[in-house]
Amino acid sequence: MENRVVITGLGVVAPNGIGLTEFTHAIKNGTSGVKFFPQLKELEFSCCIGGKPEVSEDLKREYLTELQLRGFNSSGILYGCMAGMDAWKDAGLSISESTDYDSGTVFGAGTSGIERFREAIYKVDEKQVRRLGSTVVAQTMASGVSAYLGGILGLGNQVTTNSSACTTGTEAILMGFERIKAGRAKRMIVGGTSDEGPYVWGGFDAMRVLTYKHNESPKTGSRPMSATASGFVPGSGAGALILESLESALERNATIYAEVLGGEVNSGGQRDGGSMTAPNSESVQRCIQKAVENSNIKASEIDAINGHLTATIKDFTEIENWSQALKLEGDDFPHINSLKSMIGHCLSASGAIESVASVLQIHNNFIFPNINCEDLNEEITSLISAEKIPQKLIDKKVNIVAKASFGFGDVNGCIIFKKFKL
Amino acid sequence: MSDKDKMIEELKALIKPYIQDEEAFKNLHENTNFIEDLKINSANLVDIVLDIEDKYDIEIDNDSMDKMLSVKAALEIIEQKVSKK
Repeated sequence: MENRVVITGLGVVAPNGIGLTEFTHAIKNGTSGVKFFPQLKELEFSCCIGGKPEVSEDLKREYLTELQLRGFNSSGILYGCMAGMDAWKDAGLSISESTDYDSGTVFGAGTSGIERFREAIYKVDEKQVRRLGSTVVAQTMASGVSAYLGGILGLGNQVTTNSSACTTGTEAILMGFERIKAGRAKRMIVGGTSDEGPYVWGGFDAMRVLTYKHNESPKTGSRPMSATASGFVPGSGAGALILESLESALERNATIYAEVLGGEVNSGGQRDGGSMTAPNSESVQRCIQKAVENSNIKASEIDAINGHLTATIKDFTEIENWSQALKLEGDDFPHINSLKSMIGHCLSASGAIESVASVLQIHNNFIFPNINCEDLNEEITSLISAEKIPQKLIDKKVNIVAKASFGFGDVNGCIIFKKFKL
Repeated sequence: MSDKDKMIEELKALIKPYIQDEEAFKNLHENTNFIEDLKINSANLVDIVLDIEDKYDIEIDNDSMDKMLSVKAALEIIEQKVSKK
């Protein structure tokens, strides 16, 4: 028999809040974590704003040892460890002295230790390879974040990192879900993290997909679904969830935030309108439909959609795809929101941070507001009613949330979360 | 404090970040082994060598590095390299 899979712990390190209390407060209140960064201006970026979590040196030391922090320069690994360790603790789990073969991790990343990689490249080019020290590999290997977390928590089940651009975090959740469902693990820490700063964001700036119109007004820069959306705002951070077999969760008498009912990942194959950077709409719709089908729910049961919605011209296409996939429009369309309006697009971490927000909506019965879309895109409101795009916090019972992410390479992921009922 | 004791104190300060056995570190003497006694992760020996190089402005070649597994060996290699400066 297949296991039911529930969520028993959450951790988040986001530009608008670190930890569940701060983050929940921020998303309920529509608090923006987007700021202006002088460094980006000095480097002559077109877009000089972004979202970064603010982690003090003291806070770092609550998670990593002095030894781990020697020569440490990897924002992604730091955020991933913080979110993962917080989620573990939130689930009421303790750190085992011996190897825990029942627990593993799929923790996604887009790059690893890009700051450390930069330092290493300079040293190598200066013929100083012998002076790199011992931690360049650990910090710059793609699986750095899962390797650090696995060691800190003594994980003995699968310990790996997935990578599928901006779908990474969402995909990680589904990978852990499948493993527990199949009975191969009792619990999996799933999530995604992202490095930050000019060396990650530069490529996007060069593609002119970031907004350059809000350097003087960072908090209003990220405008999903707005008529004046002008490109996305880059962000960073990490989100983590503890997925656990229902049996194990009940045995431990753990808090159950929600159940993962099902989901789907696919790709548009960069055919039929899909490309490296644009999604094939048919595959997006197929991904959403398969997720709904294998979760055994009806589209009309979905209370809220947490979209990908980055604040580009593609927002309308996304809404159109949701609408066609679910065969819902106008007043029948579920509420829809985009966390990116507050924290920007956290790339490989986005699906994970946004899933944490989605699950919090179910657990605490609210739908967080979208900010910066007071001037809604009319194409969007011709398809779905404006009330379905909340601009104020809605307090209501939230039973089912659909979350999707889409990424470069024409890859898609969609998950269905549901309030847990035995 | 003799020159040797002074050197041991300096070395102790350098290796402190990497040790994983506080008791053995407290009782550190010439024959203390970095890996067996102080439980230093062998990967970190590379970092200790770099820290020593910076402190004494010397360069420790690969052969010497391989031999540097105890306090005594480290002191000998440092002395030798410093005297050749």
